[in-house]
Amino acid sequence: MARNLAILRSQVESALAGRVSAPFSYRDRKIMETVSAGIPEIDSLTGGLPRGGLTEICGPPSSGRTSLLVSALAERTAKEEVCALVDGRDAFDPHSAEAAGVSLKQLLWVRCRNIDQSLRATDLLIQGGGFGLIALDLSDIPPETVRHVPLHAWFRFRRAVEDTPTILVVLDQESNAKTCASLVLRLGAGPAQWSATVEPHEANFPLHPPACLLDSLEVHAEVLRSPLQASESHLDLGKTGTFAEHFISAEATKVFPGAPPFAVRRVGGSADNFAPNALEQFFKTKAIWSPAGGPPSMLKPPLKYPFK
Amino acid sequence: MAFASIHIPGFLIQSAVRAEPALRNRAIALVDGVPPLWTVIAANEPALQAGIQLGMAKSQAAQFCALEIRHRSRPQEKTAYAALLDLGWSMSPRIEDTAPDTILADIAGLASLFGSAENIAAEFSARAALLGLTANVAVASHIEAALLASRGFSGITLIPPGEESQRLGPLPVDVLPASAETLATLDRWGIRTCAALTALPLLDLSERLGQEGVRLHELARGANIRSLMLAQTSLSFEEEMELEDSVEELEPLSFILGRLLDQLCARLHARSLAANSIHVRFELDPAFGDSIECQKKKPRTAPNKKPAAAKTYEKSLNLPVPMRDSKMLLKLLRLHLQSDPPACPILKVVLSAAPARPRPAQAGLFQPISPDPEKLELTVARLANLVGDSNIGSPELIDTHRPGEFRLSRFLPQREDFLRANHRPSTAFRIFRPPLPAKVDLRDARPACVSFNALRGDVIAASGPWRTSGDWWREDTWQHDEWDLELRFEPAHNPHRNRSASLAKSPQQSSDGGVYCIYFDSLRQGWFVRGIYD
Repeated sequence: MARNLAILRSQVESALAGRVSAPFSYRDRKIMETVSAGIPEIDSLTGGLPRGGLTEICGPPSSGRTSLLVSALAERTAKEEVCALVDGRDAFDPHSAEAAGVSLKQLLWVRCRNIDQSLRATDLLIQGGGFGLIALDLSDIPPETVRHVPLHAWFRFRRAVEDTPTILVVLDQESNAKTCASLVLRLGAGPAQWSATVEPHEANFPLHPPACLLDSLEVHAEVLRSPLQASESHLDLGKTGTFAEHFISAEATKVFPGAPPFAVRRVGGSADNFAPNALEQFFKTKAIWSPAGGPPSMLKPPLKYPFK
Repeated sequence: MAFASIHIPGFLIQSAVRAEPALRNRAIALVDGVPPLWTVIAANEPALQAGIQLGMAKSQAAQFCALEIRHRSRPQEKTAYAALLDLGWSMSPRIEDTAPDTILADIAGLASLFGSAENIAAEFSARAALLGLTANVAVASHIEAALLASRGFSGITLIPPGEESQRLGPLPVDVLPASAETLATLDRWGIRTCAALTALPLLDLSERLGQEGVRLHELARGANIRSLMLAQTSLSFEEEMELEDSVEELEPLSFILGRLLDQLCARLHARSLAANSIHVRFELDPAFGDSIECQKKKPRTAPNKKPAAAKTYEKSLNLPVPMRDSKMLLKLLRLHLQSDPPACPILKVVLSAAPARPRPAQAGLFQPISPDPEKLELTVARLANLVGDSNIGSPELIDTHRPGEFRLSRFLPQREDFLRANHRPSTAFRIFRPPLPAKVDLRDARPACVSFNALRGDVIAASGPWRTSGDWWREDTWQHDEWDLELRFEPAHNPHRNRSASLAKSPQQSSDGGVYCIYFDSLRQGWFVRGIYD
């Protein structure tokens, strides 16, 4: 029996010689190096953004996709890596990015007009090589348009960044890259956090009504696909062979603290009713930089980081 | 003390072949003169063997099959001469530009770099080949002996000290710098070679030919001693080509640019330099269009109309790091020309390079990931070709209070000297460019309902107004009352449930709501949506 199997095996191998190098051996899945996304809760949930892989961040508007991207850009540029942002609808705000810590000098911003330009620009950037993070922002493009991107385009991206230290991040409203993505993160918008009503400063603003400030956005994150789970599944590959379709689900809730950018920036040159400097100082100390509440709660325990 | 003489035989032909390497093994004749009286002024060996004679009319030369006829190009000769000088300076700092086709180099001290005199001569010859020239190289202890040997003998000639007279003897007297009258006299005497000349008694020669005879006698013996007249070092790198037929398409132009860039980079390489920037100048056909914007080709001007002056098209390619890779430079030039092509056909191409020291190739072992500057420049150029020059770069904030003001600067990654403080996650903002007009219903002077882009949303929470204004002294002054609004769109306008709404291509329609920034423009008396917090 064993001899027959060996003969059969050698026959198959000889038939596939030149086309398949080792038909009976499993290709080792490479363990991807991961880096911080800049938000500890997301890092705990996902294990970090994989280098040499495609990370897809999807979610509706105001769900924190851009905040997560900007945070990752800030983290990478702080490490002196060169990053690129392909802006599908020219919606990037350099002011808020700079306020979030992004070194704009290390960031190449490509302002596109349509999805075709965005995909081609991303392809060129990946082929150029050397970028620490390349972000493709399709979040303002209608989902039905992004859905029409052929799967081979995502596959091409995945293969192009494979074996490179580049992190490819795609922002969209729905997950489209399917199995080409190493990490799929779905974000959901929670209610906005508004700071407590600010009592008017009686001396300076006797006529100004009580006001509140946009304090933060609550964001729910859910991992739909993760490289670390895939690598764990790889151990059972011989038994199931379905690791590629294996999905995991975990949730975390993160409240992005910090003030919206317009409150952080300086107030305009001419102030009719307000005293700009006093107002700015007042908000900075009393309202804007107030903590966003208690520590973020985790609905489910974070996934164990596999490479420790 | 030793000197090397580098001579380019058939300089006119070689300068033409250097610009057009495909002619290297073919019969070629150069014509010059006032049209239509063009006559052959130079021809290479295959052409002469085929029967071409100097002074022959162009129409006669055209009868020969397999003969390439080219017009003499002085710009090509100029650049070939510059390449010859670069060849000399690439080996020795002491160079004499003896003639357009000959240079002399002091090779004293080069033995420690290149070895024997034979090796030095071989190196000269090899470097000349890299520059597209075939050179005769002669090394001798006397300047004039080296000069005569390079003009008389092909290939590499080494003349040991004391053997000048013997080695120069077989040379014809034509190589001596004598007047035509003196040469005719020598010919009448039956003196054909330098050996025959040196055999004449010096005193008798002096009586008959005067001082010139004495000088020629010394030269023929290799006994003339003089010093080098050093040439001024030049760092001008320019290649140009005049086109017989104007070029309209980018593809044939690329071949010309590639050829010129190859020559330019070879010269830079010979001088151990690289290009910091490349400047392109095209002379355009004046017969096409009066405006530089002429996209539609106009017919040639009428014969009685005065011909227009030649127009030029100039473009500079500033490189992030010094480069001398001609293929890379050609790709960059092509991309730049594609994005901004010349409007009229091109008659002449001039390429010049600003030289700089090449950057050290080795990077630090522990430096973070960064693109190779040369590849990055190419990538950025390709992207600029795709999305436009104005849509790519590094964002730079402007010192103004005007909302959303920035400019895009050229992307040159720079590491900041200071370490950034630990950043903390903050809410990012997405801008609608241009701002979306909105209709806002107010209740107690506060927004209660907002409609924009076929969406209608109720205000759940509001923060504002935050008044900003500025630049009142300019026409584009602004005065805004800003609100941060948390909106919840009505179900009828929810695209997840409304197919028609989801097909509308607006970025904010596929959500139940969101936190938006809207403002009332006091000058335009209207509401606008600036962007969304995301």
